[in-house]
Amino acid sequence: MNWSTLDTWIVITGILSSMSCALIGNFLVLRKMSMMGDAISHAILPGLAVAFLVSGSRGSVTMFVGAAIAGLLTALFTQWIHKFGKVEESAAMGVTFTALFAIGLILIVRGADKVDLDPGCVLFGAIELVPLDMITLLQLSLPRAVWILGSVLLINLLFTLLLYKELRLTCFDPALATTLGINAHVMHYVTMTLVAITTVASFESVGSILVIAMLIVPASCAHLLTNRYGVMLAVSMIVAAASAVLGHISAITVPTWFGFADTNTAGMMAVISGLIFTGAMLFASHQGILSKVFHRFQLSLRIACEDILGKLYRMEETTSIQPTQQYAVVMPAGKWMHRLAHANLVRAGKVLYENNTYHLTDHGRWQAKKLVRSHRLWETYVAKHFDLELDHLHESAERIEHFISQPMQQAMIEELHHVQTDPHGQKIPDEPSDHNYNSDIHEGDT
Amino acid sequence: MNYDTSSTTRTSVPPDIAASTQRRVRVATGEEHPATSPLSVHDMTVAYHRKPVLWDVDFDAPAGSLIGMIGPNGAGKSTLLKAALDLMPKASGRVMIFGKPYRQQRHLVGYVPQRESVDWDFPVNALDVVCMGLYRQIGWCRLVSRRHKQRAMQALEQVGMADFAKRQISQLSGGQQQRVFLARALVQDAVLYLMDEPFAGVDASTEQAIVNILQTLRTAGKTTLVVHHDLHTVREYFDYVILLNMRIVAHGPTDEVFTPDNLRKTYGGHLTLLDQAAQAIAQQGET
Repeated sequence: MNWSTLDTWIVITGILSSMSCALIGNFLVLRKMSMMGDAISHAILPGLAVAFLVSGSRGSVTMFVGAAIAGLLTALFTQWIHKFGKVEESAAMGVTFTALFAIGLILIVRGADKVDLDPGCVLFGAIELVPLDMITLLQLSLPRAVWILGSVLLINLLFTLLLYKELRLTCFDPALATTLGINAHVMHYVTMTLVAITTVASFESVGSILVIAMLIVPASCAHLLTNRYGVMLAVSMIVAAASAVLGHISAITVPTWFGFADTNTAGMMAVISGLIFTGAMLFASHQGILSKVFHRFQLSLRIACEDILGKLYRMEETTSIQPTQQYAVVMPAGKWMHRLAHANLVRAGKVLYENNTYHLTDHGRWQAKKLVRSHRLWETYVAKHFDLELDHLHESAERIEHFISQPMQQAMIEELHHVQTDPHGQKIPDEPSDHNYNSDIHEGDT
Repeated sequence: MNYDTSSTTRTSVPPDIAASTQRRVRVATGEEHPATSPLSVHDMTVAYHRKPVLWDVDFDAPAGSLIGMIGPNGAGKSTLLKAALDLMPKASGRVMIFGKPYRQQRHLVGYVPQRESVDWDFPVNALDVVCMGLYRQIGWCRLVSRRHKQRAMQALEQVGMADFAKRQISQLSGGQQQRVFLARALVQDAVLYLMDEPFAGVDASTEQAIVNILQTLRTAGKTTLVVHHDLHTVREYFDYVILLNMRIVAHGPTDEVFTPDNLRKTYGGHLTLLDQAAQAIAQQGET
């Protein structure tokens, strides 16, 4: 990997643009208006075209004014169409931005044909050309894009920090905000104007794909990872910066592994942010897919363990089953979950395997008693309150036995006047009193 | 610095309506609509997509009372609250808080929106939500201080939610969420409270907690207007009722106004509700 000052400028530009987009994108995600990023980033085109036609220059200031007005109009039109056309909000956005984008294209083709509009440039920008356009201000020579994006990031930072709690309230509960004297509509349109300004600033260097990606992906990612508002803003910016750095590094290294020349940085940045999002989705601590799968697995394992304990306990009650049959009863063939459960029980010292037979240890018997008690209490309770055939009781008890808590068992036994036997005539085990195993209950309860 | 910057009122109604409104106001600010009333609604009409949803709503809320607003679905109960709070445009009419326009009196009014009106997945905890009620007092561009957080904690204690202060709001039950909303209104320290269905979908213990808070507010001399659905509890909870079905059918002290006849006029046609009402009144008569 050959790193030069050019690469440094490219990465800095990428960081600045993706952080600006990510910061303001939080408010789109929180207001459930993610489509708005898509809409504004397209709809600023007529604003740029008109600004060019009116002023005859491609100067930054005119472009910003044009984009800001177009962005504001997009937000306004969307609201009007949504309200008066009785169309749902995302449809209203779709109508608005496609129409405005088309107008922009026509304006450019008809009126400003000489302006270079390369589809590739629009999609991916020209971040690689950033270091070629240096501007000296205050004796500081920096690329033009860095000046512009730095200012935009500063504006966005000031906006979010100064209006930290006002933004939080208008996003969460616009009605309350308005009754407190914070006009939620004004805040919304100011935010949309900033989205438009950020978009146009980033557009030139990183292109529309990355703008849309950076408005939405880091913020969504942060929303998955945290449930604190301030942390979400910070995490989204970290994700954005990481995508920029890793994106550029991957763009210049990954293709060479496969024998190709290096690839487009902006495209790779969007890919990396997508990968980071996928990671967040899988590993998010509270709502990640992996943690859900893990919890489900834990539950299945607990149920399998308890089922084995219950079967062994019932065998101890009736000694009619021969050791040779026992294995088939305790360990249904082909159930890998039961094998795992069995291994777990032996390791935990709840079950002993001796002379080709299984035995419950004291610890195992203690837990099994609780389970069988829960099972038989349930059967007795249901039999008392509902007129069901006796052979219909077992199936539901087999499932629910794992979930009846100790206080619930206590309430049941009192309601049943401390009955001793279940409807099948089997003894309901007493509440096992040994407290030595208490730590184990909590483990099992989760 | 205060969030309220406008001290003058702007009316954006057409000239002819404005003129007639002014005539009404001249009459209205006389004996008919006393300045002592925490909430006076004058001839308010609200339209949605040109279809009127509220016609000529006109009433004065008596100070220090606990007011129930009752009416069938689509009667415009929520709309009345929202239009009174300038959250929706009014086609005509005006709303006075202690004899002055609402815009000048915002700080006196606390609002509890419907629970479903916000996104409960929003990344804030219960304490953050309660603090939102203090934003006006904190002022623009300032951070929430420890002192403000302590006040929010007191409000959470008042509604029995102190243990859940740090809980993310999506992990609260419906009743708990409603209590958080109530605590947020309490910290506003308003004189008039407008609550949109605080009893909707809450458990029995939360309902009791809310009733206790409402009674505390009344004892403190505050006025509360509650959009309510359960006809069985009207007599028990409220000392003043407003029966609404696009127009005001009747309003007055519960004993005088909450009658089968008025309920029939309000709910006309909705037989099941009518039966429920008759049953409710019969039960109340027995006790």
